[in-house]
Amino acid sequence: MTQESESLQQPKKKFTYAAGSLLSVTGVSLQEVSGILTVTSRLERMAHAERSRLLAGRRIALLFYESSTRTRTSFELAAKSLGATTTLVSDKSSSIEKGESLKDTGLTLRALGAECIILRHPSSGASVVLARETGVPVLNAGDGMHEHPSQALLDLRTILMRLPGRDASVATTKSLEGVTVVITGDILHSRVARSNALLLPKLGAKVLLCGPEPLLPETALGLGSGVEIVRDFDAALRRAQVVMMLRIQKERLAGLELNLADYITRYQLNGERLAAYAPDALVMHPGPMIRGLEISGDVADGPNSAIEQQVSNGLSVRSALLLRALSAGGFESVIA
Amino acid sequence: MSDLLILNGRVIDPVNSLDDARDVLLRDGKIAAIERPGALKSVEAAETIDARGLVVAPGLIDVHVHLREPGQTYKETIASGTAAAAAGGFTTVVAMPNTLPVNDSVEGLRWMLSPDRKPLVKLFAMPAATMGSMGATLTDFAALHAAGALGFTDDGKPVLEDAIMREALIAAARLGVPISQHAEDTHLTGGCSMNAGTVAFRLGLRGMTVEAEARIVERDIRLLQEIEKAERLHPHLHVQHVSTGRALDAVRAAKQQGLHVTCEAAPHHFTLTDEAIGDYDTNAKMNPPLRAEADRQAVLAGLADGTVDCIATDHAPHAAHEKEQEFERAPNGITGLETALGLALRVLHKGQGLSLGRILSLMSAAPAKIVSLAGRGTLAAGSFADIVIFDPAVNWNFAASASRSKSKNTPFDGAAMLGRVKATLCEGRIVYRD
Repeated sequence: MTQESESLQQPKKKFTYAAGSLLSVTGVSLQEVSGILTVTSRLERMAHAERSRLLAGRRIALLFYESSTRTRTSFELAAKSLGATTTLVSDKSSSIEKGESLKDTGLTLRALGAECIILRHPSSGASVVLARETGVPVLNAGDGMHEHPSQALLDLRTILMRLPGRDASVATTKSLEGVTVVITGDILHSRVARSNALLLPKLGAKVLLCGPEPLLPETALGLGSGVEIVRDFDAALRRAQVVMMLRIQKERLAGLELNLADYITRYQLNGERLAAYAPDALVMHPGPMIRGLEISGDVADGPNSAIEQQVSNGLSVRSALLLRALSAGGFESVIA
Repeated sequence: MSDLLILNGRVIDPVNSLDDARDVLLRDGKIAAIERPGALKSVEAAETIDARGLVVAPGLIDVHVHLREPGQTYKETIASGTAAAAAGGFTTVVAMPNTLPVNDSVEGLRWMLSPDRKPLVKLFAMPAATMGSMGATLTDFAALHAAGALGFTDDGKPVLEDAIMREALIAAARLGVPISQHAEDTHLTGGCSMNAGTVAFRLGLRGMTVEAEARIVERDIRLLQEIEKAERLHPHLHVQHVSTGRALDAVRAAKQQGLHVTCEAAPHHFTLTDEAIGDYDTNAKMNPPLRAEADRQAVLAGLADGTVDCIATDHAPHAAHEKEQEFERAPNGITGLETALGLALRVLHKGQGLSLGRILSLMSAAPAKIVSLAGRGTLAAGSFADIVIFDPAVNWNFAASASRSKSKNTPFDGAAMLGRVKATLCEGRIVYRD
């Protein structure tokens, strides 16, 4: 390709979004990540009464087009712990069933005073559409196979808290220096994998993606230079300080057929495999887990597991994200 | 009788290898004379256009547009779509049949081609190859051909069944018209909304593979070979909007074998890659999708070496509310009539060094030949006075808001264009003036 023809390509269209939106981890700078971690730590230390005044009287809408346990509950409890009023709209019990568009649903919530919308949606990029069309800060709580940025942030915090000698209140290009994170399973359909693979290398981590070709195409390497594909789970585990297991997303397989017995043999994280190849590795899972499939019960409940800590970090990180969304840019100073 | 003179222009007529200063006299909707400057001084014309510094060329011809009428006139009408065509320098457009209802009957075709629709430029149509474009039963090719059909296509819904496609190619060959095929193996593209590759992976969107396009092109070429052998016919396959190197390789090889295969390329495919989708910009969503850089380069190479026969826009208007949706839900298609020339000159002429004559041939003489339009695509005396006059040196930026189309769904809003249409004349009438 000549430089000339390259320069003739059109620049892609730039869109702008309300400050405080979190649509993708690629849209936040390392400095902002650091700010989110700092505020998360401060919020955790804060007395309950003080915390509950931070967003008193503010309105937050949860707009859920897909089922959710952890994300929805943690966002809702986070909002309430800051004193905000929340309302939940789900596709099953709203005018969405009658064919109302995402844009109109968003505009309706805005007209009702929602200052921030937390969106979970089965379609990749839905949070971008909502943010663009409403101008309201949007927190992407998982959009299709695209991203789940708040999950990556809470995973980051969990890793920093659990690995020795790391500071969970700041993020630098060296925060995860020397750390190899293995993400194993249904990478293709996983928004959690994408957000982590895009975020963790910014802090110096190496991300190894692991899984069979149908669930992990070579195109995944396009996520960035900090990402590598390793098909052999045992070989990947040997290098791992952190191992993240993912569920096979039956609802997104779209006709793809897998031999589950073979999958379990090759990719299940069980006690034997962990002891043999990565006895000290931190074990993570964004949930929901299918015990006996991608992970065995003994590992999920074992001493290496950070799974429950991930959930509790979800609450604190999402509190910080809500504060950020409703503070128009200057949120660190709100609770300095 | 009103004569019109176009004076002092640089007249480019690729068919006649003409690229020189000429004066052109139009009379009764035809080109009456084309002479060296000053030779027509004695003619007293009712109107004179001074084309000094401008190119005077055959009006552009687009064999692939969607005008949405009947049935979806909130997106476009024949009147608004042909007004956009005129503004883009086009004097002839060929309407695709995916209207509501599908253009699959003589009655429907006549309605579409009626002067009551108020087309501003010359309108032709390719009716459906199968009833309702359902891929099962052929339409009445002979009757539709007699009523003006230039060819047949189920555009957007490829004819997948081998037997039906074979039947269609045979029936069209007997009439001497092409079957125009949207090459997509839809068995491979369910749920897909963009090109397969690293960008699709990052965006979490399911991708259409190169194979899905190539497989249908390869299958259709195999059918041509079989028909040539068995039926002693020479069927004409026209491959729409080729977007992949692999499909182009198949077309190139078929041409070398002497098969009658032609293909078109769309300006967006030679200008943009799938990176242009950026933040889920639904105005960069169309089918076939924007591809990777290697495929864009393959399209450019095909345009340069003649594998690509013509440029066609696949002008596909959609209303704002349809594009303001989740990427996967938004309909495919972008407008293209007003940006085609400006992109072709910028990317192909300035960028790739193709001559103006070559580009104008790709946009006039070549498409005229594909659909056998007599007296169009050339400025030879006696031809229809279909003319575009443009300034080849003007750099400008397209504004979607200024479009004549009813819809503004273009990824080229604000994009740099080279060359600006100053006037468009259709059968001697001035249908657009800058």
